[in-house]
Amino acid sequence: MELKLILLFMVFGAVIAVKIEDLLSSVIAVGAVGLGLSMAFLVLKAPDLAITQLVVEILCLIILIRATINKDLPLIKDGRWFFNTVATLLFIASFLMFAYFALLELPDFGKPIMRVAGSYIANGLAKTGAANIVASIILDFRGYDTLGEATVLFTAVIGVLAIIRKVGRIKK
Amino acid sequence: MTEYILCLALFCIGLYCVLRKRNIIKIIIGLGIMEYAVNLFFVLVGYKTGGRAPILAKDQVVSNMVDPIPQALVLTSIVIGLAVTALIVAIAIRLFERYGTFDITKIRRLKG
Repeated sequence: MELKLILLFMVFGAVIAVKIEDLLSSVIAVGAVGLGLSMAFLVLKAPDLAITQLVVEILCLIILIRATINKDLPLIKDGRWFFNTVATLLFIASFLMFAYFALLELPDFGKPIMRVAGSYIANGLAKTGAANIVASIILDFRGYDTLGEATVLFTAVIGVLAIIRKVGRIKK
Repeated sequence: MTEYILCLALFCIGLYCVLRKRNIIKIIIGLGIMEYAVNLFFVLVGYKTGGRAPILAKDQVVSNMVDPIPQALVLTSIVIGLAVTALIVAIAIRLFERYGTFDITKIRRLKG
């Protein structure tokens, strides 16, 4: 029950974030959605994710506020709103159609298929020595995924530095 | 089932925001909302009713734990999401310095 309430809170926060005119209020509303997601992870029994989501959400908010502050923005109302709206609704309708067919195949909520996870839980402590199964998966069973994640993170940081840098290299 | 539908609604709000809005910051916000919805969907698929967190304890067996694999994948995905958001915001700040606006229809130097 509390999970549904948190999800409803997130949906309302997202609607406010999309619909409100002021950009700073919009950023703060999306921060509320992220904190709601953190609470939802806690209810869904994922404490590691809840902690990570909290930290990441706060950093994300700081970055977005840095981008929006001190920039006056004229509101844009004109343009091809009819064409845009029709195209948007078409995309959302096709997405919902695919989602309907996918939902028919999914197992019911609360009954996961734990074919792979069963062996990880049963042998995790003996094979890796970690009491936290999530930590044993990301650092041991699927260590190459984590290596790829570190590569993506490093590449993104290099990209940010290359874009933000004020002075380029001077040619001789 | 209601949880899945609310999660889909969240994704659709983000999709609407990305496709319909013309302000770059709004588009970044829409991307963030879509990312939240996808992460939430993964964890929802792995949830077991009455399950416990996947941390070993004395009375912990396979049948009373939630699925740990989606949680491990989403942990990776959250951190990558932060890096991608930082990259997009950096590009948006540069575009603002160059063109003086966040309106995507005014940024058309590269348009053929």
